Amino acid sequence: MSRIPLLLLFLTAWLAVFGQTQFAPVVWWTGTPLCVLPALTIYAALSHPLGVVAGFSIFAGLALDSISANRLGVSILPLFLCGFVTHARQHLILRDQAYARFWLGLGAGVAVPLLTRLLLSLGQRSPLGDVFGSSIAVSAIVNALACPLLFLGFDRFREVFEYKPMIESSFRQDRQLKRSRR
Amino acid sequence: MAVGTVVVLALVLLNLPAGAAGRVKLAVGSLFLPLFGLAGAGQSFVDRASFSLLTRDTLIAEMERLRKENGDLSITAAQARDLLGENNRLRAALGWTNRVPWKTRLTRVIAREPSSFWRGATVDFGTTDGARLQLPVVTRDGLVGRIRAVAPSQSQIALIGDPECGVSVIVAETRDLGILQEARSATAGDGTVTIRLLQNSPAVLAGHHVLTSGLGGVFPRGITVGEIVDTRQVEGGLYTEARVRLAANLNRLEEVFILMP
Repeated sequence: MSRIPLLLLFLTAWLAVFGQTQFAPVVWWTGTPLCVLPALTIYAALSHPLGVVAGFSIFAGLALDSISANRLGVSILPLFLCGFVTHARQHLILRDQAYARFWLGLGAGVAVPLLTRLLLSLGQRSPLGDVFGSSIAVSAIVNALACPLLFLGFDRFREVFEYKPMIESSFRQDRQLKRSRR
Repeated sequence: MAVGTVVVLALVLLNLPAGAAGRVKLAVGSLFLPLFGLAGAGQSFVDRASFSLLTRDTLIAEMERLRKENGDLSITAAQARDLLGENNRLRAALGWTNRVPWKTRLTRVIAREPSSFWRGATVDFGTTDGARLQLPVVTRDGLVGRIRAVAPSQSQIALIGDPECGVSVIVAETRDLGILQEARSATAGDGTVTIRLLQNSPAVLAGHHVLTSGLGGVFPRGITVGEIVDTRQVEGGLYTEARVRLAANLNRLEEVFILMP
């Protein structure tokens, strides 16, 4: 298996976290930074082994917390929990269906901020108030829309960089029955 | 195995002492320095490109406007210097210590807070430039916040309304003291925050000006915070709460001044 799709996953997380710190007019319009890390975690959980899901959660969580006022490490567990549950139930999930990806993205978009908020409220500093309102709705919608698109993009990319399975035909030239009138 | 590793690592990181957590944040955050550099270079390229599109007439008009503004400000500064001298003489006569004027340092906002739980921003002004914790941050319109974390080349700012940015304020017209409370959301929204006045103050009215009081030792007194929009009685009339429209537009921060003692 090529490592390039894996590198692309981590690179996308890095760029996604950076993207959250930019585009101030978009943030002003939506009322919250647009975070697609939950959708990326869903993709990682349904396409990679559990070790990659763990590594991805650690990398993405640390990256987000390092340039945020969050307590260091607070984003790791929510992302991993989301990925772990999805990975454990992957045999029940219709991975190739767009609507399944949509609902998974929506669920992750709600679960991750809620769990992060829960962890933050256990600390000394309590976070800002109305995260349960509009920002969770925005996160759900953004991740619901982003999840199918991410699957589409990553799967296309994977097709390019991975070896295609060789499909052998059962047809053999030397065993062909040749019928004739003679 | 993977589950255990993640849980243990997360618990260790969550329980790190503040100093060690800060150093880890700094190390991981340095991964983003190339992107911040690229974004800055891209922004200055766009600025230069847009400047080159300006016509000569526009530039001349802008130069005239700046020349006039410069003249007005020079007169105001001369008056302020005179008043400062008078103030210092009177303070000396009363045996009070003189107020030391603050120096300003212009910096660029390079990032917004990526999480929806806090109100913040990052500026390209670090410890190598003289950044320290708690330094006040302002724009020419008014107060913005204070520095909450420093790194060698950048600093994080807690904006007004963040739980870490409490501000003691005073209503200029009535001299009522109050405390600026944390906002309900991470973005500035309609640009208003709430202050709770320390006592019931029916004299405080819409349109009154809110300034920093200088109490608390972080913000010097007299920095414009905003203007009162409306007031209401809370807790059975024990206190007055007032909505304040912030003078500085926190949604469109591009350059800010750091006040240095």
